[in-house]
Amino acid sequence: MNEILETLPGTTTQSLQSDEPKPEAKTRDEFDVEIDGTVGQPFVDNPKMSSRNCDVFYAEKQAIFDVNVDIGRNEIIAMIGPSGCGKSTYLRVLNRMNDTIPICRTTGTHTLDGEDIYAKDQDPVLLRARVGMVFQKPNPFPKSIYDNVAYGPRLHGLTSNRSELDDLVEASLTKAGLFKEVKDDLQKPGTGLSGGQQQRLCIARAIAVDPEVILMDEPTSALDPIATAIIEELMDDLKESYTIAIVTHSMQQAARVSQRTAYFHLGRLVEVNDTDKVFTNPEHQLTENYITGRFG
Amino acid sequence: MELGQHISQRYDQELEDIRNQVLKMGGLVEKQAENAVKALLDRDAELAEEVASTDYKINKMEVEIDDECTRVIARRQPAASDLRLIIAVIKVITDLERIGDEAEKIGVYSIKLAKKKVSNGMHYDLTHLSKLVLAMLHDSLDAFARLDDEQALKIVGKNEIINKEINSLTRLLITHMMEDTRNIKNALRINWCARSLERIGDHSRNISEYVVFLAKGKDIRHTDIDTIRAEYNLDDED
Repeated sequence: MNEILETLPGTTTQSLQSDEPKPEAKTRDEFDVEIDGTVGQPFVDNPKMSSRNCDVFYAEKQAIFDVNVDIGRNEIIAMIGPSGCGKSTYLRVLNRMNDTIPICRTTGTHTLDGEDIYAKDQDPVLLRARVGMVFQKPNPFPKSIYDNVAYGPRLHGLTSNRSELDDLVEASLTKAGLFKEVKDDLQKPGTGLSGGQQQRLCIARAIAVDPEVILMDEPTSALDPIATAIIEELMDDLKESYTIAIVTHSMQQAARVSQRTAYFHLGRLVEVNDTDKVFTNPEHQLTENYITGRFG
Repeated sequence: MELGQHISQRYDQELEDIRNQVLKMGGLVEKQAENAVKALLDRDAELAEEVASTDYKINKMEVEIDDECTRVIARRQPAASDLRLIIAVIKVITDLERIGDEAEKIGVYSIKLAKKKVSNGMHYDLTHLSKLVLAMLHDSLDAFARLDDEQALKIVGKNEIINKEINSLTRLLITHMMEDTRNIKNALRINWCARSLERIGDHSRNISEYVVFLAKGKDIRHTDIDTIRAEYNLDDED
């Protein structure tokens, strides 16, 4: 085969790699740069949510080390970092989802509009109505589309009669960009929708209880690019009324949707900066290595 | 900053290839500029002819590197220092191509100047200026090759000297023209060459500015030199 190729003009069978021996790939250790606090601008004026001295432990193992950060009003903040860096764990701190894991222990001060969300008299269920969550895998209840969205409002008694509930369901589905597609099928099971529609149904379910903050944990990683684009477009609309924190493995997604980006590394918050800055001229070497694909 | 160490070795290779191509193009452009100046000062019509007919190679390289950069952007979505590298390269090669054009112009004038029997040594007045400009071009390419933003910043300041040199050269040429009106045609040609040299200096300055952008992420274009000096603690002597 090679002999034939070599007779053709303009082709070469030589490998693209040069003959010189490649320098040994750097090991992880050599990339380990000192992390001394968070660089950039982790704090904002008049934050919606705010964490100080946040440590999280799973039994004896510490997953998050001294995270201090603010989440601004009506902003989308993206949290990026390699697997196991603590970004999802931190996200779950914000609506006390970690409370559901018995061995998990959270310390530090966490506030929503200045109010301590870990206070003794704080009801986690009510907190989660104010700080909603959308997960990686769309997880509609095995109920009709209507009942999926109506579930939260019924639980919290947000409406007094059927027609109010109808209006709320329609409004939520409309905000989630799904109403037109399902308006004739509201009684069909939510699990029968496509993946992208299911995820939008989950977003509709989250916004039906009129939350103030929406946490999204890799909301589009199970979706195709079109469904992803629709969700991203939706996030842009939603940020007018809500504050959004999104954990994503797609750096391009973080670059596209967020105003600020937080980079986590081995349980520490390394850098928080404007997204524009992070993707053109990050301050910390570790951030640079990660977003340019230089991780060992 | 370093170019290599991506998880994808092929990506490393692609960026390295682009950088090497730019350095090669820079080498060719520098050679063209040197030859143009040599042809001008030595009244070497043959060399001038060669310069004028070699510019197409530079143009071809610009298109090729541009293509490669477009491909990398489409396929790799470079970020941070990689993104700055690609953006800087796209800009650098535009300036390199223009320097090539100026060298070609000097070549064309030099053909005409070399054929004139009398030129009463006016072209020697360009010796100092051309030395300055060629050094500036060389240093800016060197700064790019070594990603040396400190050297690049020093070059940015050199533009002032070139402007002063051009002013005194213009006065000199006017004197020549007033002495003997038959000198005017050639004096103008010399003046056009000086103009081209000045442009080469400007483009070299631009390249140095892109080196600072590449290394530090700071855009220092259209910033006056005193502000830059203050910010980077540069000495005034440059």
